[in-house]
Amino acid sequence: MSVPLSAYLILSAYLFAMGVVGVATRRNALIIFMSIELMLNAVNLSFLAFARFLNSMDGQIFVFFVMVVAAAEVAVGLAIIIAIYRNKETVDVAELNLLKW
Amino acid sequence: MPSSLPQISWGAMLPMLLVAGAGILILILDPLTPPARRDRLAALALVGIVAAAVALWVRRGRPEVVFGGMLAADAFALFFNLLFLLVAGLTLLISLPYVRRVGMDHGGYYALLLFSTLGMMIMASSLDLMTIFLGLETLSISLYILAGFLREQLKSNESALKYLLLGAFASGFLLYGIALVYGATGSINLKRVAEAIASGKVANPLLLTIGMGLLIIGFGFKVAAVPFHMWTPDVYEGAPTSVTAFMIAGTKAAAFAAFLRILMTALPVLQPDWSRVLWVLAVLTMTVGNVVAIAQSNIKRMLAYSSIAHAGYILVALVAANKLGSGSILFYLTAYTFMNLGAFAVVVALARQDGERVIIDDYAGLGLKYPFLGAAMALFMFSLAGIPPTGGFMGKFYIFSAAIQANYIGLAIVGVLNSVISVFYYLRITVVMYMGQGEAESRPAGLSPALGLAVLIAILGTLQLGLFPSRFLEVALRSVGALLL
Repeated sequence: MSVPLSAYLILSAYLFAMGVVGVATRRNALIIFMSIELMLNAVNLSFLAFARFLNSMDGQIFVFFVMVVAAAEVAVGLAIIIAIYRNKETVDVAELNLLKW
Repeated sequence: MPSSLPQISWGAMLPMLLVAGAGILILILDPLTPPARRDRLAALALVGIVAAAVALWVRRGRPEVVFGGMLAADAFALFFNLLFLLVAGLTLLISLPYVRRVGMDHGGYYALLLFSTLGMMIMASSLDLMTIFLGLETLSISLYILAGFLREQLKSNESALKYLLLGAFASGFLLYGIALVYGATGSINLKRVAEAIASGKVANPLLLTIGMGLLIIGFGFKVAAVPFHMWTPDVYEGAPTSVTAFMIAGTKAAAFAAFLRILMTALPVLQPDWSRVLWVLAVLTMTVGNVVAIAQSNIKRMLAYSSIAHAGYILVALVAANKLGSGSILFYLTAYTFMNLGAFAVVVALARQDGERVIIDDYAGLGLKYPFLGAAMALFMFSLAGIPPTGGFMGKFYIFSAAIQANYIGLAIVGVLNSVISVFYYLRITVVMYMGQGEAESRPAGLSPALGLAVLIAILGTLQLGLFPSRFLEVALRSVGALLL
């Protein structure tokens, strides 16, 4: 007996929603960043499940590219967070309030 | 299943390779260049851009699909790629005096500018959801760095972080949308997605609908449509001015190019569904953008809200979803490029010795002191407001005609009312410049040859599109012909 596609999709949707909630509620830039990574990996799970059930390689290849892009984003993101920490000694996004309506 | 290596067409790739190659060469030469000679790197970037434009132009009229259907060198891609190169070229001209003044004239700046241009070119040429995603990320990641390029300034840091977090957040939605569309149709190739939908082979229509919704959310973030616009004013205000100019014109055009291609090529069958959603987004985007822009006192922030409003007008054309609508998007984006980059060139040129004039009241009396820049700014503001005889007016005219043609009369009326609101805040700048009492500061105008050239090109472009629009519209309509199946 194999696990049905819907199980993978529900897990993926759940992880994605957790990521979204994390981005919306957390105030530490690093945790927000990790939540975003969680969203991307949730999508990767969907891609892999679809690729397996559709018997197509596109989804698998897509996952590689998503991982590459996520790694690049982390490299740039951490650099930006460090630059902020050097100037302000905090990574709390609520305290980044120079730019406002 | 036999596999074969994809045919590599170097000719079709050449423009992108030239842009990327110039960027890499700049990175290599940067440490070897003495600081006083860094403008040579800018010249190299300009050479790369011009060479890429020539390489594109030589291949015009010979559409080709390369890399196993992932990339197209068609009329649509040609149009947008030339537009991106124009944006990059004008941004470079604006950057030349600016980066030296604020101390960010590193080779990395020019290289990143070229890399993000490359990302835009990939986005507009893609026939495949994967290449669109890769182009988008190439563009975005370069821009995250550029937004934070003034490392010591907290405003620039903050702008970069906000852009990064919300940009990556939006990419997550876009990606999830792509995954669901892939799951529903079994392909990430735009044409095959369309075929699967048209032939009714979609296993689970619910997945497709949710996927399309997530795609619209993802692109809504990227084009700064209300209610996904929160990041725009903060990022545009905090980023270095030359980067703001580049983002405001370039990213918007790239995002709309990919959005248009996905909607028209992959999802034409679902047009009634997405038109209904985009209708709401268009009305919200135009109204919120224009109304909030009135309250702004910072010129960069005002232009950011104005760019949101302009995204709303372009969404009107997307809703119409006819040939004139698609053509008018191309026309509008070109006019939008000229008038926005022109306005930013004037902002850079009118900077004080100790920094920029970002508060609108700082511009008091400058219109008479610097007649050329004052007149140029007035022209760009007229064009942004949509007053004839400028490119902005003709662009709006075509967009609203397309909406009426497609029987969206209510939407056209909302759009026209919004243009009337927008006249108020655009003309306020002109009024302040000519009627206001300026402080007694005597300084020669900071109009370097490069900036002057940028302003001149923007003026000529705006007037050309306003006075002789029909020929250019024809080109735009021919370019979108590649989209419609």
